[in-house]
This record gives sequence, structure tokens and C-alpha cells, in this order.
Amino acid sequence: MIDAFDFRPLVKPRRIAVVGVSLTNDRHPANVIYNKIRLRYPVPVHAVNPRGGRYLRDPVYANFEEIPETPDLAVIAVRAESVPEVLAQCIRRGVGGAVIVSGGFAESGRPDLQERIASMGREAGFPFIGPNCLGVYAPGRFDTFFLPGERLVRPEPGGVGFVSQSGGVLVDQMVKFSAQGLGLSLAVSIGNKALVREIDLLRHFAADPETRVIAFYVEGFGRNEGRAFVEAAAAAGKPVVVLKAGKTAAGRRAVGSHTASLAGDHRVFSDALAQFGIVEAHDEFELTCFCESLSHYPRAIEGRVGVVTVSGGHGALATDILSGLGLEVPALSAALQAEIREGLGANVRPIASLGNPVDLTGSSTDEDFLAALSALGKSSEVDCILLLLLPYSPGISADLGARLSEVHRQSGKPLVAYVPHVEKYRILIEGFELNRIPVASSVDGAAFMVEAMRRCRPC
Amino acid sequence: MPAMLDGEREQLWERARADGWIPEPEALRLLEAAGVPVVRHGFARSLEEAQAAARRIGFPVVAKVVSPAILHKSDVGGVETAVADPAGLSAAWTRLSRLEGFTGALIAERLAGLELIFGAKIDAQFGPVILFGLGGTAVEIYRDVVTRLAPLRERDVASMVCCLRGARLLTGFRGCAAVSLPKLTAALLAFSRLVMEIAERIEAIDLNPVFCTAERCVVADARILPAPIP
Repeated sequence: MIDAFDFRPLVKPRRIAVVGVSLTNDRHPANVIYNKIRLRYPVPVHAVNPRGGRYLRDPVYANFEEIPETPDLAVIAVRAESVPEVLAQCIRRGVGGAVIVSGGFAESGRPDLQERIASMGREAGFPFIGPNCLGVYAPGRFDTFFLPGERLVRPEPGGVGFVSQSGGVLVDQMVKFSAQGLGLSLAVSIGNKALVREIDLLRHFAADPETRVIAFYVEGFGRNEGRAFVEAAAAAGKPVVVLKAGKTAAGRRAVGSHTASLAGDHRVFSDALAQFGIVEAHDEFELTCFCESLSHYPRAIEGRVGVVTVSGGHGALATDILSGLGLEVPALSAALQAEIREGLGANVRPIASLGNPVDLTGSSTDEDFLAALSALGKSSEVDCILLLLLPYSPGISADLGARLSEVHRQSGKPLVAYVPHVEKYRILIEGFELNRIPVASSVDGAAFMVEAMRRCRPC
Repeated sequence: MPAMLDGEREQLWERARADGWIPEPEALRLLEAAGVPVVRHGFARSLEEAQAAARRIGFPVVAKVVSPAILHKSDVGGVETAVADPAGLSAAWTRLSRLEGFTGALIAERLAGLELIFGAKIDAQFGPVILFGLGGTAVEIYRDVVTRLAPLRERDVASMVCCLRGARLLTGFRGCAAVSLPKLTAALLAFSRLVMEIAERIEAIDLNPVFCTAERCVVADARILPAPIP
């Protein structure tokens, strides 16, 4: 863990050098990275290869001294043995940081080489990501992934800062975030995390105004590193979501101790997250739902949910799922029910059932939703509203999302919607999402979005 | 009981590292000195000492073998849970004295109440961790436990209680009185302070069972495993 790294060159470089660009092999990772930055991003990029020469009419610099202007960021994709020399050049030239894509370090029996570059970085105050990683994806600015752009699903700029120990999980999670319409402030694959580790990026994201939720995929921490991480996450002032995989091999088990046998690595990890108000996701689906929800609603709720639906069946299904998660769907008071009923249209008033779930029936119109959500928004009987919207009814207009968002902004009470994600409902969905109301593509997804808000407080 | 002298304490840890655990009488003393309530007990090296301890504590008593060779006492018949009178104690003494490595017996008050477990371990990723849950011999069957990073704060205790599936056993259920939350909190916080103090020296601790009632929370059995020699 490093106190004083300046991450600006790593996340907002004004000039990039890609080291290892091959003059003969277009599919070399360095070439893929060089080409994508050169062709698709606004930032100037230079190719470096000790042999010099030209690549596709562009100059190839033999070393960092030859580059006319100092790059902020070096992307290094050379053989592991050559990495220390490249790092030394970067440090001499005053480069601000590096992404080391190359493998061949601790993961393949060379911890010595990894320790050597880590201590070079530490001594020079030179931050680098990796080695053995995909590096950084900064939407609209640049990325260092050695994967052709056309093969990636690329989320828009947005509020999620994501850090992954696995490059593969990161790329796949970008697909899931995109499908949810969830944007990224920055995504980082940290690979062997020789120097820059989760906690460093946690601190960066905590201070970054573009990031609203900080998410992690973690396989394991080093000695006592977990404690420092949860303490820093609790102090971040933003929701932190963690997806933890695997059970790390964390030392030997004490023979004959109940405690050592019961308090396994995963139990301790999971309980520590809860203790510090960090939201644990159990799978990629939860991770996506939690990030979506918490990027809109960073405050914790107790979890008393008002369910509003056009279909009795969906109301019952949602209630089952919410109860299974330990959330409450409290019966509404007679006074609140009367207030809701008063606001309903003449068609719906006699047939709606308002006990919670509030079933407005298939005859409902925009005005009925506005009346129900307005009353629930003002009431202290629920602290969150789940709207199950099956837009089959002709009384529901494309403007509903925008109109409900105004009601929601008046009360400030979190509102989560479920709308089936098919193309013909896109305009309705965008009416919610562009007005900052999260929309789930399934009933359980919507329930998880509510659950996220309950989990983001210390247990 | 007087607090341990520093020199005595050093000897205790040194012997424990060689044996693999701290003998129960010393483990109970360590806890008591740290303010963790422990069962009224006496360590007896002879039947006469045992009878005197039992008279002092009052029958019925529990008699447990003390032996550096026996970690799991109940597995080898090393715990006599219902010693009713002096004759019973003589018979129990005879049985216990035949067990491997017998150095004496711990004579203790017979307790009732809800059986809980307090535990501690040094986790590789998180350092000292406190475990709490429903205890007794079936602790590894039900696995109804929860952990928190040490040191515990007062509010951690309430949150651990409500995280248990069996929380209602502690908060009152069908005529069973609730256990005293203030006594439970005091015992757990004292335990947590001790764990922080000796974190460098231990690998794991089991206090199981800890008997809790509406009046008190008392440790009845203690197992302290020292950190392996580096």
C-alpha cells in the first residue's frame, strides 16, 4: 500500500507510449493496444521498440529518450526479463506511471523478478498496474486491453469504478454492466498487483468525483491486508461492493480448535464485509444489480418495501423474493390505503387492492401510478418503493418514467422499477433511466436492487 | 485469585508452545485475570484436594481430567459431569486417574443455562477475529456462529446476537428467560480485550461452553492454542 501515488497519469494520461510494438507481427499485444489508441481515442500515442524504424508510416522510437515529448503513461508489453530496463527508462524520462501487461512474474515462478520491479516502483514513487494484467479501461479516453475493440462490449462513461484481480472477469462484467445500461468511470484489471493494489485504487475512487460506487472482484488479500481494506472502504464515503471468489489458502488450520474450523476464510471475509457496511455480492448478477442501485441511491434503508404492480401474480412473486431476502413488505394502514384510493381513477378505484402489494390492475393509467407513488412517497410506513411495470395496458404512456421521476424527486424515497427489457419498451425504460431511476430486467433483479440499499450499512 | 506475575506468564507460554496448548487451570486463570467470568473451580492433584475443592464449591460438581496428552477430554471419558457426593467423587477420581498423562483434575461448579461459544483466531487476511454463537458439543453440526474483527465494540455484540439463526434462544423463547445482554456484552468485550493483548502469542481460542442465563455469563471450559514457533 502506497500513500502518495499520483494516479492522474494512469487514469487521465495526456500522452501514451506503447512499448514492445512489433514491426513484423500485427497481432502482438502491443500492436493491438497501439492501433486501438491510435485509431479510436483522442490521446496521442507513440510506439517504442529498441530496434526503432517505422510501423505503418509512424515512427518507432528505440527508447524513451527519443520521444519528443514525455508521455504520462507507458503501456509495457515486452518479455518479463526486459521489463526492469523499460521501467528504469520510464523513471529516468519522468513518465508518470505504467501498465505492465507482460506475464512471466510471480504467476509463473518468478517472484524475484516481480519483487524487483515492485521495489523499483516503490523507491521512485512510480505507480504501475500489473504485471500480468489487461490494465485500464477509461471509457471515451483510452484503454490498454490487448483485445481488439470490436471484440469488446464497451460500457459508456458512468459512475462505477471497478477493480478486478481477473482480466477475464473484468471483460465479462463489462458485458453485464452494458446490458444493464450501467456506465463506468474507470475499470482496472490489476493482475498480480505487485505495486498498486485494491486499497490504493479504493482510495483513488473515494476521492474521484466521477465515481459513485466502487466495485471489486477479489480472489484474496495478502497478510492482514483484508483488515486495512475494510477499514478504508468504511471510510470511503461511497458504497463499496465486493464479489469474492474462491477460498484462499490462508495458512494452516489449528488442529483441535472449533473456532479455527468454524471461522474459515470465507466466513471471516463475509462477516468482515458486513461488519464494515461493505455490500457483498455473491455472483455477477448481484454485482450488476447492486452497482446499478447504489449508483443511484447511496444511502442505506431499513428495508420496508411498498410494492406497486399491475399484476397480482408479479406482486406475489416479488413479495416472496423480498421476504426471502429478509426484507419486509408491511401491510399498509387503513388511512394510507384510503389516501391512495382517493387518488385513483374511477375505473380502478373499485377493483384495486391496496394492502401491499398495491395492485393497480391492468386497467390502470399513468395517473393511478402517480397517485399511488405520491402517497407512498410521503408515508413513513415504507422506506423504498418497488414498481412492477408490465406495460401491456394501453393506459400506460411512454412518459410514465419521466412523470414518476418527478414524484420520486419530491419525496426522495428510493424507487426501483421492473420493466421487461425488450426493444419495444426501450422508450419507457429510458424514461426511467435517463431520469435516474434504476430499471431491472427481472423481478429478482429488482429485489436485489432493493436489497443492496439495505446491505450498505454496518451490521 | 491473584494476577499472574510476568515471569510466571512467560513460563506458561513457553510450556504451552511445547505442549500445543495451555493447561485448563492456567487458561481459566488467564481469563479470570483479564476480567472474563469463569466457573468456580479448583485444581486438585490428589483426591484429598479434590474433596476439599468440592466441599468449598458445593456438590454437585463436575470433574475434568487435566493432562498434557489429552486435548479432547470428553472423547476419552475425561469429563464427569454429575458428581453428586464425596463417594461419587472418589469413584470419578479413580476413573480419571487411569487416563493418559493424568496430572490431576479440575473440580468445578455444575452450571446450567444456554450453552454458547466464544472463540478467537488469528486470520491471515484480517488478523485477530472473534467468533460467537451457539455452543456445546454440537457446535460444528449446527454451525450457528458469526465472526467480527477484533477488537469488538459494544454495538458489535448486539449485531452478532441478531445475526444468529437461533437469536431467539438468546432473546427469550417459550418461557426461557432471555440471557442478560449486559453480562454477555461485558464478558465478550473482556474476552476481546484479552485477545488483542495476546494476539501475537495465540493461534486460536475456544471457550465452549460459556453458560449464559438472565443473571450471568460464565466460561466453563477453555482451550487456548498458542501460535506455532516461527
